[in-house]
Amino acid sequence: MIDLSVDLGFLELKNPVLAASGTFGYGREFEPFLDPGRLGGFVVKGLYYGPREGNPPPRLVETTGGLINAIGLQGIGVEAFAAEVLPGLRGLGTAVLVNVCGADDDEYVAVVEFLDAFDGIAAYELNISCPNVKQEGRCPALSTGATARLVARVKAVSKRPVVVKLSPNVTDIAAIARAAEDAGADGIALVNTFLAMAVDLETRRPKLANVFGGLSGPAVKPIALRMVYQVASRVRVPVIGMGGIMTGSDALEFMLAGASAVEVGTASFVDPDAAVRIVGEIEDWCGARGIARIRDIIGTLRID
Amino acid sequence: MFIDRNARLRETRSWGDYHCLGIDAPVLGRQARPGQFVMVRTGEGAVPLLRRPLSIHDAGPGGIELFFKVAGRGTALLAGRRPGDPLDLVGPLGKGFTIAPGMSGKHVLCVGGGRGIAPLYFLARVLAGAGSRVTVLYGGRTAADIPLQDKFERAGFEILCSTDDGSRGFAGLVTALAEREIGRRKPDLICACGPDPMMEALAALARGLGVPAEFSLEAVMGCGIGACWGCVHRIRSEAGGGEAWVKICEDGPVFAGVRIVWGDRTT
Repeated sequence: MIDLSVDLGFLELKNPVLAASGTFGYGREFEPFLDPGRLGGFVVKGLYYGPREGNPPPRLVETTGGLINAIGLQGIGVEAFAAEVLPGLRGLGTAVLVNVCGADDDEYVAVVEFLDAFDGIAAYELNISCPNVKQEGRCPALSTGATARLVARVKAVSKRPVVVKLSPNVTDIAAIARAAEDAGADGIALVNTFLAMAVDLETRRPKLANVFGGLSGPAVKPIALRMVYQVASRVRVPVIGMGGIMTGSDALEFMLAGASAVEVGTASFVDPDAAVRIVGEIEDWCGARGIARIRDIIGTLRID
Repeated sequence: MFIDRNARLRETRSWGDYHCLGIDAPVLGRQARPGQFVMVRTGEGAVPLLRRPLSIHDAGPGGIELFFKVAGRGTALLAGRRPGDPLDLVGPLGKGFTIAPGMSGKHVLCVGGGRGIAPLYFLARVLAGAGSRVTVLYGGRTAADIPLQDKFERAGFEILCSTDDGSRGFAGLVTALAEREIGRRKPDLICACGPDPMMEALAALARGLGVPAEFSLEAVMGCGIGACWGCVHRIRSEAGGGEAWVKICEDGPVFAGVRIVWGDRTT
């Protein structure tokens, strides 16, 4: 029996695989295809305080080995989430994280204060890095100062652990991670999507109504892996790695690079049961190599 | 809805860029309702990455049929599959056409434009089984774009075709043909699938006559199961109600005409 559990310090997970925010809906959409109880956890789609309309379509374009999205964080808001969705998530037997959004620092704080009153949430994932909400991807995760200010304010009120989700659209991601850690982040999740665009040659128009979107999928994996390695070697808090993870091998590479857990995103669109399949592939890999505890491989990348 | 990794291609038929796949998938075939769709894995690996949404063209106890036009790399790969090949499908997905009780004896006009004819064969069969009188209007740019005319005729449906270039049937848009037919005989229900301008024109016709209408919308989809919110269309909560971006995959793809806000910017 292989021990797949990992300890994030603030949260023990039964295995290191989480379904990523924005690709797993509000958690129930995938029940026809997988048992959420077999996941380490899942991260609920980003929530602003109120309902949010999102961007006009087209919101998606497939590129070579990737997907650019500009959903614009359409969502139901915290009140509807707490009343209609959260009660159904409590019995699923897995860790539920909520991705927290805000148009400004006050809104992030308001979302956390509101949700703190409800049971059934293991931690918050602070989404300071969505690239397709404002023009040209501006968000707090692009600066150490804005990141530190926001994380400190949220940590001052939150009754729950706070994982800060970083943007890859920066020159020095380790510096942003350090700023989040110094401000009190309990963990770092990375990476969000890469600011990107696609052009229709015949119409001479952008393929997304929002012009810009966020690139995800296997195309981004090598860059995400590099950034996870850079951050994990510079912070003490646990790191949750993501970016183009499609297989157990991909997930294990992120763990060698220093991730204590991983998130599976775009893969769930290709195969709705991908996250559970990846748990099985990790287990098989460990079994074939006589590895008894998955946590023993975290950060064991050999660099001479 | 489920992932069917045991589906197998039984037979293929092709007409230029148009293809029809007969697929052994008994559970999907029994569950499917007219207007629903499947997400089809078209290849291996990362290119193409996403599944392709395709309307269910017909369904029965043995499986389903898919009818599509090659529009890019994914559909081209699918068109290259051979009988005996395994297929990986997710479905049946979405909300299809309303098959209300009491459709017996009612006259239903089914209007398909190009590849938009796909869901209307299954719909026409089920409506006919419920006792409705079905008339199919089938439009394309040229005679090569209406390859299913024979299939509808062989199944005993009244079918009228139109081509933009006049190479077969009525010369002009299928919406003009629909206007002529509606003038002769007012239907009790209009069901349609095709290019947005075609459906928008039909919606206006239906509204003018006070005839209920349902339309199957199309979009690029990420997941097909309501999780990514990528495939939205502007939809009213009810006739004249508030508007929102609504997921085509989960709340549609079929919507009542009075709820659809036309004229979205598309590329």
